[in-house]
Amino acid sequence: MKLTKEQVLHVARLASLSLTPEEEAHFAGELSGILDYVETLNRLELPPPGLHVSEDMSEPTPLAADMPRPSIPTEEALSNAPDHSGSFFRVPRILEEGR
Amino acid sequence: MSAPFTTLESFRKGRDERAFSIEDAVRYYLDRIEGIDRALGAYLTVNPNALNRARQLDNRLARNPANSPFYGYPVAIKDNMNVLGLPTTCASRMLANFRPIENATVVERLLKAGAVILGKTNMDEFAMGSSTENSSMGVTRNPWDTGRVPGGSSGGSAVSVAAGLAPLSLGSDTGGSIRQPAAFCGVLGLKPTYGRVSRYGLVAFSSSLDQIGPFSRCAEDALELTVLVSGPDGRDMTVRDRDPQEMVREFEGSVRGMTIGIPEEFFGDGLDPEVAASLERAREVWSAEGAVFRPIRLPSASFGVNVYYLIATSEAASNLSRYDGIRYGYRSLSSGNLKDLYQNSRREGFGPEVKRRILLGTFALSAGYQDQYYRKAQQVQSLIREEFDRAFHEVDLVFAPTTPTPPFRFGEKLDDPLAMYLSDIYTISANLAGLPALSTPSWPTPSGLPVGAQLIGPAWSEGRLLRAARVLEEAVGFRTPPVSVQTAGGKVS
Repeated sequence: MKLTKEQVLHVARLASLSLTPEEEAHFAGELSGILDYVETLNRLELPPPGLHVSEDMSEPTPLAADMPRPSIPTEEALSNAPDHSGSFFRVPRILEEGR
Repeated sequence: MSAPFTTLESFRKGRDERAFSIEDAVRYYLDRIEGIDRALGAYLTVNPNALNRARQLDNRLARNPANSPFYGYPVAIKDNMNVLGLPTTCASRMLANFRPIENATVVERLLKAGAVILGKTNMDEFAMGSSTENSSMGVTRNPWDTGRVPGGSSGGSAVSVAAGLAPLSLGSDTGGSIRQPAAFCGVLGLKPTYGRVSRYGLVAFSSSLDQIGPFSRCAEDALELTVLVSGPDGRDMTVRDRDPQEMVREFEGSVRGMTIGIPEEFFGDGLDPEVAASLERAREVWSAEGAVFRPIRLPSASFGVNVYYLIATSEAASNLSRYDGIRYGYRSLSSGNLKDLYQNSRREGFGPEVKRRILLGTFALSAGYQDQYYRKAQQVQSLIREEFDRAFHEVDLVFAPTTPTPPFRFGEKLDDPLAMYLSDIYTISANLAGLPALSTPSWPTPSGLPVGAQLIGPAWSEGRLLRAARVLEEAVGFRTPPVSVQTAGGKVS
């Protein structure tokens, strides 16, 4: 499948990635090549949709006990924040002044 | 100075007979790292508290006998697993300043047993790559030929054990990231069964495929480390409650009477003739020890790379959406509003391979394309699993190459992502099927480059895999690369 620059731009927006114009052109070509390769899957005769579970792994995933656990102390939760103020993460203003 | 010990067992003996102190043992590795690692680049961070901890352990040992073979044992950790007191960078600008607030489960268990963490090892950014060239922190070189890559993504962990900069290390394997660098560096690398080891505290890449496992000089050490770190922790709910002693029991004995399958799809075109010749010798060793070989078919396995680059990128796109520049990680300074902050932080924080995979995964999951890509990939993944299930009705293990070629040169595949992806063609199917698999050293090529023999087993058969690996290991012997570097204190080799 051939990806256009516009499609790459759309996907980048979905992924919250901004790309330079050179990156857009570069990734369009590169991703098209990778997609052409992965599309050789179309040659296979496929089983019904869904994921087969391997033998010896079919027991259901255990469930976690629904018990409260102490959460991360605020100070530790903020310790890696690029910017914080008091007990909050600081971000650029979202709402306009006066609204 | 030569190594005071080479394996867990010789360490335990020397430690308990007081042939050396834990401080001696740790200092030996720290000195070697200082002397040699500038040329190899295995470590990103050396633990500044390692010697202190060694002294504390020595003091405690004077009063109480050690209760674990790991008491005092030095171990290196891939830099995508959390160790309190050390950064977890994932070799990414995005996490360059990240300080974890707790230990990964595997690290917690090592520390509880008394191990000493030597440091954190280099890797491809976010574990995405097959050569460690995608690290944004620096180059790691193959100790057998410093013009060649160590493999990846756990390149630093493989080099640390190969070059004697750690006796044991941990890596993570999503599509071959333990086995491929193990093969390229001439050490043993094991990817356990999906559900054997908790990934709590491992930076998530592709959660349905990621698994943590050991690099070691011998099968027995890989077994001991896997036993130590396996089992439920109540945090990673994919972990099953299997008795780890099962592995120990299956490790005992020889390969006599074992049936080993040879999938013709793994030995066809594209396999380097020198690698093929080395593996033929390995097969003869197992044969001579009484194993029976039988051809099998795994026709869909060769589509593993296609499936992997849809499943793993889709999961990565989702997992890496958490890096938003708000709560932790890199934040771009050039952002007027929130949307720019997200987009610019991610643009400046992620390297090219990470962006490539995020874009591919986001595309594969985007409206209108899921059926064509993600869902189809899962169907082929089912085929691969069914073929392995059938194979293991006939054989005990599957024997395959780990890599199609010996280690390649720096830059050789860097501009061609597809060529790089194909260097994992033989390792990926075990991840897609959730099966345990290892790479153990076979004989080197005529020019002296390492070759890995891969064994894949049914779920929970790590003990059996390691038993067969030990038989080959006794025939091949552990080879030490010719690294020798001048240091202030004299020559270290």
